[in-house]
Amino acid sequence: MNKIYMDHVATNPLHPEVLDAMMPYFKEHFGNPLSLYEPGVIAREAIEAARAATAELINAKAKEIIFTASGAEANNFALKGIAFAHQNKGKHIIVSKVEHHSVLNSARFLEKQGFAVTYLPVDKYGMVNPADVKKAIIDETILVSIIHASPEIGTIQPIAEISKIVKEKGVVFHTDSTSSVGNIPVDTESLGIDLMTFAAHQFYGPKGAAALYVRSGTRIVPLIYGGIQEGGRRAGTENVPAIVGMGKAAEITKRDLDKRIAHVIPLRDSIISNALKIDKVILTGHPEQRLPGHASFVVEYIEGEAMLMMLAVKGIYSASGSACSSKALKSSPVLISIGIPVHLAQGSVVFTLGESTTTEEIKYFNETFPQIISRLREISPYAQGWEGTEDSTCTAKK
Amino acid sequence: MYSEKVMDHFTNPRNVGEIDDADGIGEEGNPVCGDAMKIFIKVKDDVITDVKFKTFGCASAIAVSSMVTEMAMGMTIEEASKITRESLAEALDGLPPQKMHCSNLGADALHKAIEDYRSRQGK
Repeated sequence: MNKIYMDHVATNPLHPEVLDAMMPYFKEHFGNPLSLYEPGVIAREAIEAARAATAELINAKAKEIIFTASGAEANNFALKGIAFAHQNKGKHIIVSKVEHHSVLNSARFLEKQGFAVTYLPVDKYGMVNPADVKKAIIDETILVSIIHASPEIGTIQPIAEISKIVKEKGVVFHTDSTSSVGNIPVDTESLGIDLMTFAAHQFYGPKGAAALYVRSGTRIVPLIYGGIQEGGRRAGTENVPAIVGMGKAAEITKRDLDKRIAHVIPLRDSIISNALKIDKVILTGHPEQRLPGHASFVVEYIEGEAMLMMLAVKGIYSASGSACSSKALKSSPVLISIGIPVHLAQGSVVFTLGESTTTEEIKYFNETFPQIISRLREISPYAQGWEGTEDSTCTAKK
Repeated sequence: MYSEKVMDHFTNPRNVGEIDDADGIGEEGNPVCGDAMKIFIKVKDDVITDVKFKTFGCASAIAVSSMVTEMAMGMTIEEASKITRESLAEALDGLPPQKMHCSNLGADALHKAIEDYRSRQGK
Protein backbone atom coordinates (compact mmCIF):
# COMPACT_ATOMS: atom_id res chain seq x y z
CA MET A 1 0.00 0.00 0.00
CA ASN A 2 1.24 3.48 -0.82
CA LYS A 3 1.74 5.64 2.23
CA ILE A 4 0.03 9.02 2.25
CA TYR A 5 1.94 11.63 4.19
CA MET A 6 -0.44 14.24 5.60
CA ASP A 7 1.79 15.59 8.38
CA HIS A 8 3.85 18.17 6.51
CA VAL A 9 3.70 20.51 9.51
CA ALA A 10 5.75 17.94 11.48
CA THR A 11 8.49 17.84 8.89
CA ASN A 12 9.15 17.39 5.17
CA PRO A 13 11.39 15.22 3.05
CA LEU A 14 14.45 16.84 1.50
CA HIS A 15 13.95 18.29 -1.95
CA PRO A 16 16.18 16.22 -4.27
CA GLU A 17 18.01 19.36 -5.45
CA VAL A 18 18.73 20.19 -1.81
CA LEU A 19 20.35 16.83 -1.16
CA ASP A 20 22.49 17.25 -4.30
CA ALA A 21 23.62 20.67 -3.12
CA MET A 22 24.52 19.32 0.33
CA MET A 23 26.46 16.21 -0.67
CA PRO A 24 29.81 17.83 -1.59
CA TYR A 25 29.94 19.45 1.87
CA PHE A 26 29.83 16.02 3.55
CA LYS A 27 32.62 14.80 1.27
CA GLU A 28 35.29 16.81 -0.51
CA HIS A 29 34.38 20.23 0.94
CA PHE A 30 34.61 19.16 4.57
CA GLY A 31 36.72 22.12 5.71
CA ASN A 32 36.11 24.16 8.85
CA PRO A 33 34.80 27.57 7.73
CA LEU A 34 37.25 29.28 10.11
CA SER A 35 40.31 27.66 8.50
CA LEU A 36 42.38 30.00 6.37
CA TYR A 37 43.43 27.55 3.64
CA GLU A 38 41.36 26.60 0.61
CA PRO A 39 38.90 23.98 2.05
CA GLY A 40 38.04 26.47 4.82
CA VAL A 41 37.51 29.25 2.31
CA ILE A 42 35.21 27.03 0.21
CA ALA A 43 33.12 26.14 3.27
CA ARG A 44 32.94 29.78 4.38
CA GLU A 45 31.89 30.97 0.95
CA ALA A 46 29.21 28.26 0.81
CA ILE A 47 27.78 29.45 4.13
CA GLU A 48 27.74 33.05 3.01
CA ALA A 49 25.99 32.12 -0.26
CA ALA A 50 23.42 30.15 1.77
CA ARG A 51 22.96 33.16 4.07
CA ALA A 52 22.24 35.40 1.08
CA ALA A 53 19.71 32.93 -0.39
CA THR A 54 18.04 32.42 3.00
CA ALA A 55 17.79 36.19 3.51
CA GLU A 56 16.29 36.67 0.07
CA LEU A 57 13.42 34.27 0.83
CA ILE A 58 12.19 36.59 3.60
CA ASN A 59 13.33 39.88 2.00
CA ALA A 60 16.08 40.53 4.53
CA LYS A 61 19.78 41.41 4.37
CA ALA A 62 22.27 38.53 4.55
CA LYS A 63 23.91 39.94 7.70
CA GLU A 64 20.53 39.81 9.45
CA ILE A 65 20.45 35.99 9.33
CA ILE A 66 21.90 34.00 12.25
CA PHE A 67 21.92 30.25 11.59
CA THR A 68 20.85 27.99 14.45
CA ALA A 69 20.30 24.24 14.79
CA SER A 70 16.52 24.37 15.17
CA GLY A 71 13.48 26.59 15.38
CA ALA A 72 13.38 25.85 19.11
CA GLU A 73 16.92 27.19 19.48
CA ALA A 74 16.05 30.33 17.50
CA ASN A 75 12.99 30.92 19.71
CA ASN A 76 15.06 30.44 22.89
CA PHE A 77 17.69 32.78 21.47
CA ALA A 78 15.11 35.46 20.61
CA LEU A 79 13.38 35.46 24.00
CA LYS A 80 16.41 35.08 26.26
CA GLY A 81 18.72 37.12 24.05
CA ILE A 82 16.38 40.11 23.92
CA ALA A 83 15.34 39.80 27.59
CA PHE A 84 18.93 39.83 28.84
CA ALA A 85 20.04 42.54 26.41
CA HIS A 86 17.21 44.93 27.32
CA GLN A 87 16.56 44.19 31.00
CA ASN A 88 17.90 47.60 32.05
CA LYS A 89 14.96 49.19 30.25
CA GLY A 90 12.39 46.89 31.87
CA LYS A 91 11.55 43.30 32.66
CA HIS A 92 8.16 42.77 31.04
CA ILE A 93 7.49 40.43 28.11
CA ILE A 94 4.29 39.71 26.18
CA VAL A 95 3.54 36.43 24.39
CA SER A 96 0.29 34.79 23.27
CA LYS A 97 -1.24 31.66 24.78
CA VAL A 98 -0.89 29.83 21.45
CA GLU A 99 2.89 29.94 21.13
CA HIS A 100 5.07 26.92 20.48
CA HIS A 101 6.48 25.24 23.61
CA SER A 102 9.92 26.65 22.84
CA VAL A 103 8.49 30.18 23.27
CA LEU A 104 6.18 29.36 26.19
CA ASN A 105 8.83 27.45 28.13
CA SER A 106 11.45 30.16 27.47
CA ALA A 107 8.93 32.69 28.83
CA ARG A 108 8.40 30.52 31.92
CA PHE A 109 12.17 30.27 32.39
CA LEU A 110 12.42 34.07 32.21
CA GLU A 111 9.67 34.38 34.83
CA LYS A 112 11.91 32.38 37.18
CA GLN A 113 14.71 34.85 36.38
CA GLY A 114 12.56 37.76 37.61
CA PHE A 115 10.86 38.82 34.38
CA ALA A 116 7.09 39.38 34.26
CA VAL A 117 5.23 37.74 31.38
CA THR A 118 1.76 38.55 30.04
CA TYR A 119 0.10 35.64 28.20
CA LEU A 120 -2.40 37.14 25.75
CA PRO A 121 -5.66 35.29 25.16
CA VAL A 122 -6.96 34.47 21.68
CA ASP A 123 -10.45 34.33 20.19
CA LYS A 124 -12.26 31.14 19.16
CA TYR A 125 -10.23 31.03 15.93
CA GLY A 126 -6.93 31.35 17.79
CA MET A 127 -6.53 34.97 16.69
CA VAL A 128 -4.69 37.53 18.84
CA ASN A 129 -6.56 40.85 18.99
CA PRO A 130 -4.08 43.68 18.18
CA ALA A 131 -6.01 45.92 20.60
CA ASP A 132 -5.13 43.47 23.41
CA VAL A 133 -1.44 43.82 22.53
CA LYS A 134 -1.73 47.60 22.72
CA LYS A 135 -3.41 47.41 26.14
CA ALA A 136 -0.83 44.97 27.51
CA ILE A 137 2.22 47.11 26.65
CA ILE A 138 3.56 49.04 29.65
CA ASP A 139 6.67 51.22 30.13
CA GLU A 140 8.66 48.17 31.27
CA THR A 141 7.75 46.06 28.21
CA ILE A 142 10.88 45.08 26.27
CA LEU A 143 9.65 42.30 23.99
CA VAL A 144 6.47 41.09 22.31
CA SER A 145 6.55 37.64 20.70
CA ILE A 146 3.55 36.37 18.71
CA ILE A 147 3.50 33.22 16.60
CA HIS A 148 2.96 33.88 12.88
CA ALA A 149 0.93 30.77 12.06
CA SER A 150 -0.24 27.94 14.28
CA PRO A 151 0.97 24.45 13.37
CA GLU A 152 -1.97 22.99 15.29
CA ILE A 153 -4.92 25.01 14.01
CA GLY A 154 -3.41 26.77 10.96
CA THR A 155 -4.52 30.27 11.98
CA ILE A 156 -2.39 33.11 10.58
CA GLN A 157 -2.03 36.07 12.94
CA PRO A 158 -2.31 39.73 11.81
CA ILE A 159 1.45 40.17 12.36
CA ALA A 160 1.84 43.39 10.32
CA GLU A 161 -0.94 45.06 12.28
CA ILE A 162 0.46 43.91 15.63
CA SER A 163 4.03 44.90 14.77
CA LYS A 164 2.88 48.42 13.85
CA ILE A 165 1.43 48.82 17.36
CA VAL A 166 4.49 47.31 19.04
CA LYS A 167 6.96 49.44 17.04
CA GLU A 168 4.99 52.64 17.79
CA LYS A 169 5.61 51.88 21.47
CA GLY A 170 9.33 51.38 20.79
CA VAL A 171 9.26 47.71 21.84
CA VAL A 172 11.15 44.85 20.16
CA PHE A 173 8.90 42.45 18.23
CA HIS A 174 9.62 38.79 17.50
CA THR A 175 7.50 36.35 15.51
CA ASP A 176 7.88 32.58 15.33
CA SER A 177 7.40 31.95 11.61
CA THR A 178 8.41 28.29 11.70
CA SER A 179 5.06 27.16 10.31
CA SER A 180 4.64 30.04 7.85
CA VAL A 181 7.97 30.43 6.02
CA GLY A 182 7.74 28.06 3.08
CA ASN A 183 3.95 27.96 3.17
CA ILE A 184 2.98 31.60 2.62
CA PRO A 185 4.95 34.66 1.40
CA VAL A 186 6.86 36.14 4.35
CA ASP A 187 8.48 39.56 3.99
CA THR A 188 10.31 41.06 6.97
CA GLU A 189 9.82 44.57 5.58
CA SER A 190 6.04 44.44 5.12
CA LEU A 191 5.65 42.57 8.42
CA GLY A 192 7.80 45.20 10.16
CA ILE A 193 9.21 42.75 12.68
CA ASP A 194 12.58 42.89 14.48
CA LEU A 195 13.20 39.17 14.91
CA MET A 196 11.85 36.10 13.20
CA THR A 197 12.34 32.36 13.66
CA PHE A 198 12.17 29.90 10.76
CA ALA A 199 13.38 26.37 10.06
CA ALA A 200 14.64 24.68 6.88
CA HIS A 201 12.82 21.37 7.28
CA GLN A 202 9.51 23.19 6.99
CA PHE A 203 10.34 24.00 3.35
CA TYR A 204 12.05 20.82 2.15
CA GLY A 205 15.43 21.66 3.62
CA PRO A 206 17.31 19.52 6.15
CA LYS A 207 16.61 19.12 9.85
CA GLY A 208 19.31 20.72 11.97
CA ALA A 209 19.24 24.02 10.08
CA ALA A 210 17.15 27.02 11.11
CA ALA A 211 17.64 30.74 11.51
CA LEU A 212 16.85 33.73 13.61
CA TYR A 213 16.41 36.89 11.58
CA VAL A 214 17.64 39.86 13.63
CA ARG A 215 16.98 43.29 12.15
CA SER A 216 20.15 45.41 11.82
CA GLY A 217 20.71 47.48 14.93
CA THR A 218 18.78 45.17 17.29
CA ARG A 219 20.80 44.41 20.41
CA ILE A 220 20.78 40.73 21.40
CA VAL A 221 22.83 38.66 23.87
CA PRO A 222 24.12 35.29 22.59
CA LEU A 223 22.60 32.05 23.81
CA ILE A 224 25.77 30.08 23.02
CA TYR A 225 29.15 31.60 23.86
CA GLY A 226 32.41 30.53 22.31
CA GLY A 227 34.10 31.48 19.06
CA ILE A 228 33.36 34.13 16.50
CA GLN A 229 31.01 32.12 14.31
CA GLU A 230 27.86 33.93 13.15
CA GLY A 231 29.47 37.25 14.00
CA GLY A 232 30.06 36.13 17.58
CA ARG A 233 26.32 35.80 18.16
CA ARG A 234 26.15 32.00 17.93
CA ALA A 235 29.32 30.06 18.64
CA GLY A 236 30.07 26.53 17.44
CA THR A 237 31.54 25.04 14.28
CA GLU A 238 28.93 25.53 11.60
CA ASN A 239 26.85 22.61 10.31
CA VAL A 240 28.01 23.42 6.77
CA PRO A 241 26.01 20.80 4.80
CA ALA A 242 22.78 21.67 6.63
CA ILE A 243 23.29 25.41 6.17
CA VAL A 244 24.03 24.88 2.46
CA GLY A 245 20.83 22.81 2.31
CA MET A 246 18.83 25.56 3.97
CA GLY A 247 20.12 28.05 1.41
CA LYS A 248 19.22 25.78 -1.49
CA ALA A 249 15.78 25.05 -0.02
CA ALA A 250 15.20 28.80 0.40
CA GLU A 251 16.15 29.42 -3.23
CA ILE A 252 13.77 26.69 -4.46
CA THR A 253 10.99 27.89 -2.17
CA LYS A 254 11.28 31.44 -3.48
CA ARG A 255 11.01 30.03 -7.01
CA ASP A 256 8.16 27.54 -6.32
CA LEU A 257 6.11 29.10 -3.51
CA ASP A 258 3.21 30.40 -5.63
CA LYS A 259 2.93 27.02 -7.33
CA ARG A 260 3.00 25.18 -3.99
CA ILE A 261 0.25 27.37 -2.56
CA ALA A 262 -1.94 27.00 -5.65
CA HIS A 263 -1.42 23.23 -5.47
CA VAL A 264 -2.50 22.65 -1.88
CA ILE A 265 -5.40 25.10 -1.49
CA PRO A 266 -8.00 23.12 -3.51
CA LEU A 267 -6.86 19.86 -1.87
CA ARG A 268 -7.21 21.38 1.59
CA ASP A 269 -10.63 22.85 0.73
CA SER A 270 -11.78 19.45 -0.46
CA ILE A 271 -10.75 17.85 2.84
CA ILE A 272 -12.49 20.55 4.87
CA SER A 273 -15.76 20.52 2.91
CA ASN A 274 -15.91 16.72 3.01
CA ALA A 275 -15.09 16.44 6.70
CA LEU A 276 -17.66 19.07 7.66
CA LYS A 277 -20.39 16.98 6.01
CA ILE A 278 -19.85 14.43 8.81
CA ASP A 279 -22.05 14.92 11.89
CA LYS A 280 -20.31 16.53 14.88
CA VAL A 281 -17.02 17.37 13.17
CA ILE A 282 -15.76 20.89 13.87
CA LEU A 283 -13.08 22.85 12.01
CA THR A 284 -10.47 24.27 14.42
CA GLY A 285 -8.70 27.52 13.61
CA HIS A 286 -9.74 30.33 11.29
CA PRO A 287 -11.85 29.35 8.25
CA GLU A 288 -10.07 31.84 5.92
CA GLN A 289 -6.96 33.20 7.64
CA ARG A 290 -5.27 29.81 7.70
CA LEU A 291 -2.23 28.07 6.21
CA PRO A 292 -2.89 26.94 2.63
CA GLY A 293 -2.24 23.22 3.24
CA HIS A 294 -3.72 22.98 6.73
CA ALA A 295 -6.95 21.24 7.76
CA SER A 296 -7.60 20.62 11.47
CA PHE A 297 -10.66 19.30 13.24
CA VAL A 298 -12.13 17.99 16.44
CA VAL A 299 -14.30 14.94 15.99
CA GLU A 300 -16.84 14.39 18.75
CA TYR A 301 -17.23 11.10 20.66
CA ILE A 302 -13.91 9.57 19.63
CA GLU A 303 -10.27 10.06 20.58
CA GLY A 304 -7.53 11.53 18.39
CA GLU A 305 -4.75 9.01 18.94
CA ALA A 306 -7.10 6.17 17.99
CA MET A 307 -8.06 8.08 14.83
CA LEU A 308 -4.40 8.72 14.03
CA MET A 309 -3.49 5.05 14.55
CA MET A 310 -6.47 3.79 12.54
CA LEU A 311 -5.56 6.20 9.70
CA ALA A 312 -1.96 4.96 9.87
CA VAL A 313 -3.20 1.39 9.46
CA LYS A 314 -4.92 2.64 6.28
CA GLY A 315 -1.62 4.19 5.16
CA ILE A 316 -2.42 7.79 6.09
CA TYR A 317 -0.06 9.68 8.39
CA SER A 318 -1.55 12.55 10.41
CA ALA A 319 -1.24 14.34 13.77
CA SER A 320 -3.39 15.00 16.85
CA GLY A 321 -3.39 17.42 19.78
CA SER A 322 -5.15 14.94 22.05
CA ALA A 323 -3.74 14.12 25.48
CA CYS A 324 -3.18 10.47 24.61
CA SER A 325 -1.18 11.30 21.50
CA SER A 326 1.28 13.49 23.43
CA LYS A 327 4.19 12.07 25.37
CA ALA A 328 3.23 14.35 28.26
CA LEU A 329 -0.36 13.05 28.13
CA LYS A 330 -1.73 16.59 28.22
CA SER A 331 -4.24 18.12 25.86
CA SER A 332 -2.92 20.79 23.54
CA PRO A 333 -2.89 24.21 25.28
CA VAL A 334 -3.77 25.73 21.89
CA LEU A 335 -7.08 23.86 21.72
CA ILE A 336 -7.90 24.79 25.31
CA SER A 337 -7.01 28.45 24.56
CA ILE A 338 -9.52 28.63 21.70
CA GLY A 339 -12.22 27.41 24.08
CA ILE A 340 -12.46 23.76 23.04
CA PRO A 341 -13.60 21.81 26.14
CA VAL A 342 -11.13 19.15 27.31
CA HIS A 343 -13.32 16.19 26.33
CA LEU A 344 -13.64 17.59 22.79
CA ALA A 345 -9.93 18.36 22.53
CA GLN A 346 -9.39 14.60 22.87
CA GLY A 347 -10.90 14.29 19.39
CA SER A 348 -8.32 16.53 17.71
CA VAL A 349 -6.85 15.55 14.37
CA VAL A 350 -4.60 17.59 12.04
CA PHE A 351 -3.88 17.08 8.32
CA THR A 352 -1.20 19.10 6.56
CA LEU A 353 -0.45 18.84 2.86
CA GLY A 354 2.61 19.45 0.74
CA GLU A 355 3.82 19.58 -2.81
CA SER A 356 3.80 15.77 -3.12
CA THR A 357 0.13 15.46 -2.09
CA THR A 358 -1.98 14.27 -5.03
CA THR A 359 -5.65 14.53 -5.96
CA GLU A 360 -5.88 10.72 -5.85
CA GLU A 361 -4.51 10.68 -2.31
CA ILE A 362 -7.10 13.22 -1.18
CA LYS A 363 -9.85 11.22 -2.90
CA TYR A 364 -8.75 8.10 -0.97
CA PHE A 365 -8.50 10.13 2.23
CA ASN A 366 -11.98 11.60 1.76
CA GLU A 367 -13.38 8.07 1.43
CA THR A 368 -11.38 6.65 4.34
CA PHE A 369 -11.76 9.37 6.98
CA PRO A 370 -15.57 9.06 7.39
CA GLN A 371 -15.26 5.25 7.56
CA ILE A 372 -12.76 5.50 10.40
CA ILE A 373 -14.91 7.98 12.27
CA SER A 374 -17.97 5.72 12.08
CA ARG A 375 -15.92 2.64 13.01
CA LEU A 376 -14.57 4.32 16.15
CA ARG A 377 -18.01 5.73 16.97
CA GLU A 378 -19.40 2.18 16.85
CA ILE A 379 -16.93 1.32 19.60
CA SER A 380 -17.55 4.53 21.59
CA PRO A 381 -20.02 4.58 24.49
CA TYR A 382 -20.86 8.23 23.60
CA ALA A 383 -21.91 7.83 19.97
CA GLN A 384 -25.39 9.07 20.95
CA GLY A 385 -24.12 11.98 23.09
CA TRP A 386 -21.85 12.80 25.99
CA GLU A 387 -24.44 11.81 28.68
CA GLY A 388 -23.29 14.64 30.92
CA THR A 389 -19.82 13.19 31.27
CA GLU A 390 -18.22 16.32 29.78
CA ASP A 391 -18.38 18.00 33.18
CA SER A 392 -16.30 15.27 34.82
CA THR A 393 -12.95 16.14 36.26
CA CYS A 394 -9.86 14.14 35.72
CA THR A 395 -8.06 13.19 38.88
CA ALA A 396 -6.75 9.85 37.66
CA LYS A 397 -3.01 9.56 37.66
CA LYS A 398 -1.85 10.01 34.10
CA MET B 1 5.29 1.64 19.58
CA TYR B 2 2.43 -0.88 19.98
CA SER B 3 2.83 -4.66 19.89
CA GLU B 4 1.24 -6.66 17.07
CA LYS B 5 -1.32 -8.00 19.54
CA VAL B 6 -2.34 -4.49 20.57
CA MET B 7 -2.72 -3.52 16.91
CA ASP B 8 -4.73 -6.69 16.23
CA HIS B 9 -7.18 -6.05 19.08
CA PHE B 10 -7.34 -2.35 18.18
CA THR B 11 -8.11 -2.90 14.51
CA ASN B 12 -10.35 -5.97 15.07
CA PRO B 13 -11.78 -5.49 18.54
CA ARG B 14 -13.70 -8.48 19.90
CA ASN B 15 -17.06 -8.23 21.68
CA VAL B 16 -17.92 -4.63 20.85
CA GLY B 17 -21.43 -3.68 21.88
CA GLU B 18 -23.89 -3.57 24.74
CA ILE B 19 -26.02 -6.22 26.48
CA ASP B 20 -29.56 -4.93 27.04
CA ASP B 21 -30.35 -7.40 29.85
CA ALA B 22 -26.87 -7.44 31.38
CA ASP B 23 -26.43 -8.95 34.84
CA GLY B 24 -23.67 -6.49 35.65
CA ILE B 25 -22.40 -3.18 34.18
CA GLY B 26 -19.09 -1.53 35.02
CA GLU B 27 -17.84 1.93 34.02
CA GLU B 28 -14.37 3.36 34.41
CA GLY B 29 -12.73 6.64 33.34
CA ASN B 30 -14.34 9.61 31.59
CA PRO B 31 -13.79 11.52 28.34
CA VAL B 32 -12.13 14.47 30.11
CA CYS B 33 -9.33 12.09 31.10
CA GLY B 34 -9.18 10.80 27.56
CA ASP B 35 -10.30 7.23 28.16
CA ALA B 36 -13.62 5.78 29.27
CA MET B 37 -14.91 2.24 29.20
CA LYS B 38 -18.24 0.55 29.76
CA ILE B 39 -18.41 -3.22 30.18
CA PHE B 40 -21.50 -5.47 30.25
CA ILE B 41 -21.57 -9.04 31.58
CA LYS B 42 -24.12 -11.82 31.39
CA VAL B 43 -23.72 -14.49 34.09
CA LYS B 44 -25.14 -17.98 34.42
CA ASP B 45 -24.28 -20.35 37.30
CA ASP B 46 -21.45 -18.01 38.31
CA VAL B 47 -19.91 -18.25 34.84
CA ILE B 48 -19.58 -15.26 32.50
CA THR B 49 -21.51 -16.40 29.43
CA ASP B 50 -21.41 -13.15 27.50
CA VAL B 51 -19.44 -9.95 27.75
CA LYS B 52 -19.47 -6.79 25.65
CA PHE B 53 -17.75 -3.40 25.78
CA LYS B 54 -17.85 0.18 24.53
CA THR B 55 -14.75 2.33 24.82
CA PHE B 56 -13.77 5.92 24.16
CA GLY B 57 -10.01 6.27 24.05
CA CYS B 58 -6.75 5.66 22.32
CA ALA B 59 -5.64 2.54 20.48
CA SER B 60 -4.36 0.82 23.62
CA ALA B 61 -7.56 1.60 25.56
CA ILE B 62 -9.57 -0.14 22.84
CA ALA B 63 -7.13 -3.07 22.67
CA VAL B 64 -7.20 -3.54 26.46
CA SER B 65 -11.01 -3.48 26.43
CA SER B 66 -11.14 -6.08 23.70
CA MET B 67 -8.60 -8.28 25.47
CA VAL B 68 -10.37 -8.17 28.84
CA THR B 69 -13.62 -9.31 27.24
CA GLU B 70 -11.84 -12.14 25.45
CA MET B 71 -10.16 -13.24 28.69
CA ALA B 72 -13.27 -12.97 30.88
CA MET B 73 -15.54 -14.86 28.49
CA GLY B 74 -16.28 -18.30 29.99
CA MET B 75 -14.48 -17.57 33.27
CA THR B 76 -16.14 -17.97 36.64
CA ILE B 77 -16.80 -14.73 38.51
CA GLU B 78 -14.05 -15.73 40.92
CA GLU B 79 -11.50 -16.24 38.12
CA ALA B 80 -12.51 -13.04 36.31
CA SER B 81 -12.08 -10.99 39.48
CA LYS B 82 -8.43 -12.02 39.49
CA ILE B 83 -7.68 -10.41 36.10
CA THR B 84 -5.33 -7.50 36.75
CA ARG B 85 -3.97 -4.54 34.79
CA GLU B 86 -0.64 -6.36 34.67
CA SER B 87 -2.04 -9.67 33.40
CA LEU B 88 -3.94 -7.76 30.70
CA ALA B 89 -0.86 -5.85 29.58
CA GLU B 90 1.07 -9.09 29.55
CA ALA B 91 -1.58 -10.82 27.42
CA LEU B 92 -1.15 -7.98 24.91
CA ASP B 93 2.65 -8.47 24.83
CA GLY B 94 3.09 -5.29 26.82
CA LEU B 95 1.90 -1.67 26.64
CA PRO B 96 4.05 1.45 26.25
CA PRO B 97 4.98 2.66 29.78
CA GLN B 98 3.04 5.94 29.49
CA LYS B 99 -0.09 3.97 28.57
CA MET B 100 0.02 1.60 31.56
CA HIS B 101 -2.07 3.90 33.76
CA CYS B 102 -4.36 5.98 31.60
CA SER B 103 -5.59 3.51 29.04
CA ASN B 104 -5.41 0.32 31.07
CA LEU B 105 -8.98 0.49 32.35
CA GLY B 106 -10.15 -2.96 31.33
CA ALA B 107 -9.55 -4.79 34.62
CA ASP B 108 -11.03 -1.97 36.72
CA ALA B 109 -14.17 -1.78 34.56
CA LEU B 110 -14.58 -5.56 34.68
CA HIS B 111 -14.22 -5.60 38.46
CA LYS B 112 -16.90 -2.91 38.70
CA ALA B 113 -19.21 -5.00 36.51
CA ILE B 114 -18.60 -7.98 38.81
CA GLU B 115 -19.31 -5.80 41.86
CA ASP B 116 -22.53 -4.65 40.20
CA TYR B 117 -23.48 -8.27 39.49
CA ARG B 118 -22.78 -9.31 43.07
CA SER B 119 -24.77 -6.43 44.55
CA ARG B 120 -27.72 -7.31 42.27
CA GLN B 121 -27.47 -10.89 43.56
CA GLY B 122 -27.49 -9.54 47.09
CA LYS B 123 -24.21 -11.31 47.70
